[in-house]
Amino acid sequence: MAVFEYAPAPESRAIVNLKPSYGLFIDGEFVEGTETFKSISPASEEVLAEVANATEADVDRAVAAARRAYEKVWGPMSGAERAKYLFRIARLIQERSRELAVLESLDNGKPIRESRDVDLPLVAAHFFYYAGWADKLDHAGYGPNPKPHGVAGQIIPWNFPLLMLAWKIAPALAAGNTVVLKPAETTPLTALLFAEICQQADLPPGVVNIVTGAGATGAALVNHPDVDKVAFTGSTEVGRIIAKAVAGTKKKVTLELGGKAANIVFEDAAIDQAVEGIVNGIFFNQGHVCCAGSRLLVQESVADEVLESLKRRMATLRLGDPLDKNTDIGAINSAEQLARIKELTAAGSQEGAEVWSPPCELPARGFWFAPTIFTGVSQAHRIAREEIFGPVLSVLTFRTPAEAIEKANNTPYGLSAGIWTEKGSRILAVADQLRAGVVWANTFNKFDPTSPFGGYKESGYGREGGRHGLEAYLAH
Amino acid sequence: MPTKDSATKDSARLAVRKTYKLFIGGAFPRSESGRSYVVTDAKGQFVANASQASRKDARDAVLAARGAVAKWSGATAYNRGQILYRVAEMLEGRREQFVAELRAFGVSATAATLEVDAAIDRWVWYAGWSDKVAQVVGGANPVAGPFFNISAPEPTGVVALVAPREPALLGLVSVVAPAIVTGNTVVVIASEPRPTPAITLAEVLATSDLPGGVVNILTGSPAEIAPWLASHSDVNGLDLAGIEDAQLATDLEIAAADTLKRLVRPAAVDWTADPGLSRMTPFLETKTVWHPKSFEGAKGTAY
Repeated sequence: MAVFEYAPAPESRAIVNLKPSYGLFIDGEFVEGTETFKSISPASEEVLAEVANATEADVDRAVAAARRAYEKVWGPMSGAERAKYLFRIARLIQERSRELAVLESLDNGKPIRESRDVDLPLVAAHFFYYAGWADKLDHAGYGPNPKPHGVAGQIIPWNFPLLMLAWKIAPALAAGNTVVLKPAETTPLTALLFAEICQQADLPPGVVNIVTGAGATGAALVNHPDVDKVAFTGSTEVGRIIAKAVAGTKKKVTLELGGKAANIVFEDAAIDQAVEGIVNGIFFNQGHVCCAGSRLLVQESVADEVLESLKRRMATLRLGDPLDKNTDIGAINSAEQLARIKELTAAGSQEGAEVWSPPCELPARGFWFAPTIFTGVSQAHRIAREEIFGPVLSVLTFRTPAEAIEKANNTPYGLSAGIWTEKGSRILAVADQLRAGVVWANTFNKFDPTSPFGGYKESGYGREGGRHGLEAYLAH
Repeated sequence: MPTKDSATKDSARLAVRKTYKLFIGGAFPRSESGRSYVVTDAKGQFVANASQASRKDARDAVLAARGAVAKWSGATAYNRGQILYRVAEMLEGRREQFVAELRAFGVSATAATLEVDAAIDRWVWYAGWSDKVAQVVGGANPVAGPFFNISAPEPTGVVALVAPREPALLGLVSVVAPAIVTGNTVVVIASEPRPTPAITLAEVLATSDLPGGVVNILTGSPAEIAPWLASHSDVNGLDLAGIEDAQLATDLEIAAADTLKRLVRPAAVDWTADPGLSRMTPFLETKTVWHPKSFEGAKGTAY
């Protein structure tokens, strides 16, 4: 059969007007930092912009601005007025969504199809959703007249830069807090564009402050004595450091950390549908997803059929230019992350698992990793226990539902899980037994602003999204 | 009236006046009866001829509302919220026009501005409820057995509303928005003495991506039209906010009882106050779904 090649379909980057350098966004204005670092495109290693590296003194100024804004403007403001600011921000995001999507793909390396069709619509929807809560907090189920905490220090990861910003800022502001947010070191640019959106919305100065930087900046924010609430999304390792850092203080904390989700395929599942779900579960966003379905648990009786179909499907995945509208798998976000993926996959082979990748040409420049599966994986293997955070799937098998549940729960993590079966009662019975914060049945990686998200066990605590997401930002 | 004002301010040009018609199924028909009635300002001066809706108009409006139920109730809550917020945006852009229309009835400049602003903000408030009301009034029920059990609200269907006579705009918005945000469609009888803002609001609704038939606006006499709506078999709910005659209210309740319509009785309401859930929940049904969590044997042994 003739194979038709795809012609390149690149999204134009002309819509993004990057400045050569960006300062910190403090008290409603961009101010120069004393130190700088560069943000690059992981697909080409091209320098996109120079960004300020916030020092402890910069963080202190940002927290002071947030405190002033909380006491003088945002705290006393009526919920209805706060709501209108958030609706404005939501609209501005919708209006500038193409620009934001292109910049997100440039800075992060994710396919434009995902930034355009998943990230940006969810970002706008998240602001819409929480805008509506700002004047309805009495109805949220946390008692009459719940109060904000004050100043929230928020640290977000690089895998969904703008979406994680929305998850943090929208509920915080709706509840009446002001924020100092630190974007990830490798993906600061859409947060800085968001700062411009705050200016366009005439958001009062100091309500949102953006401090770019790396771990030291984050530590300064977490440890700042005038921060009332810390919200972090990132690795379990850093989550533990933060939980220790706030010990003995009155700071409130929510942590959304790593995962090693089991995607369980029962023998009565619709196989083609399940294979699509497996592919989406692990290869969406290059597997840079804390809730990725990185462990496939497939019932022995259908394992061969599922694997054959999965391999066939993986061979059709297109890896390459994130701005190409046909691309399924973009660039790995950083050299550091690529090294970690390579280290863990090497361990997988050393420990005896069998590795397979479809034929896949990798671009010469930038950071890339072909979609990969390991079969013959045991529960003791590092690739079954540790979060790889890349396009790498570990396949295990089971014979009985009880064994599937046992294996699924055999992890220190507990963020998400997937169940594939045509039997509704089995879905609900298995879901009951899984120690995971989000369970997807016959679907995977679904997100909605109305739906709470967060983990059990060492995947963190607290929930983001939905009515439950307000709780982290309210004293009650 | 703005048209009069502009005519006197700029005497070189004669203003073009607007014909106030009904709003049914997204269109602006005159009353099929051919009737109209004179709307006057605070001093008894002529403002406009408003259409005087008939029984047939009411029935046409119910038909349009029923036809719109599937699409509107089937839209996502997010989508309905976006559209209600769009109504607020459109209303904001025509703020001056509404202030002028209210002032024509003798409402002071300050009071008219406050009323229009409150009406805009009310659309914003209800827009936010679209994807939250289910989270506040619905939820999982911990039944004593291996069953998944969840209750969720659904719209009741077509709701007939009698808007308060005053405040003409804020009162109208305060009965329409809570009924439609959850997915109902409505037929509303506007304030009889002050119907002009209602028809101007229809122009706002018609340009806000609200599907035709979701809101249908009749002008005329509630005493004449409401009984037909109260007894109509294809109307599921009835809000009597604007019925001031106690006997008429009782008669309408009795008529509504034949088809067991969900009912909101007339009451003294401060239309500027936070309405809470009070005008949404009367027109919601609660649906509870049961599903077993294990398909054979005892819990924990079979999946």
